[in-house]
Amino acid sequence: MSLRSPLGKVRGLGSAKEGVVHWWAQRMTAVALIPLVIWFVASIAAMAGADYSTFRDWIATPMVSILLVLLTIATFHHAQLGLQVVLEDYVHTEWLKIACIGLVKFAAIGLAVATIFSIVRIALG
Amino acid sequence: MASQNRPLSPHLQVYKPQLTSVMSIMHRATGIALAVGTLLLLCWLIAAATGERAFNDVQAFNASWIGRLLLLGWSYALFYHLCNGIRHLFWDAGKGFELGAAYRNGWLVVAASVVLTAAAWIWGYASMGAF
Repeated sequence: MSLRSPLGKVRGLGSAKEGVVHWWAQRMTAVALIPLVIWFVASIAAMAGADYSTFRDWIATPMVSILLVLLTIATFHHAQLGLQVVLEDYVHTEWLKIACIGLVKFAAIGLAVATIFSIVRIALG
Repeated sequence: MASQNRPLSPHLQVYKPQLTSVMSIMHRATGIALAVGTLLLLCWLIAAATGERAFNDVQAFNASWIGRLLLLGWSYALFYHLCNGIRHLFWDAGKGFELGAAYRNGWLVVAASVVLTAAAWIWGYASMGAF
């Protein structure tokens, strides 16, 4: 018999020790990505075959830079949350699972920073 | 002691594939593919920030048949994950869960992902002046 209240259980006592935070963040980033992704693919399609300066000028447009940074943050956050669930489902060796999840999270942060740096460099340079 | 005759969930190998189950694993597979494919897109952006030569190299790779094939796969995975993701959001709201509805919106997602991918590529080729 458990002496924990239902509220106590959902507050950080699941297998991930964080309640619904992960689930909720996955949905919020998903909703954010719907318009961002549609805008991005439409823009890329419209610029297919564009040369170097056209592409850079497009990125350097303030609104485009801002949307690209938002897209980057939402994409990498969403991706690492999703990959974490996949690893939790299929990797059953505890140390390996933690190592893989850590690697995915570090990679996501590193790649997101590299992307944002590239956008800012083009926007300001 | 658990009974030896208790029902077990069927192994994947003997489980008849259904639209719903295939679409479910496809959602996960496309999610993983997109995470990897995003790296390709990142190369493009980083190349644009690096310089004209690096950018032209990436553009040349994207224009090659292998590059186009990867972009085609990436774009289909993106549209599939986008459409099926929206289906998931409706499910999260408790809508479209009945068996008939799940099949109907499943086929809708399949059709929409194909149509959107085709539309994006036609648009892309049109902006390159292919038509």
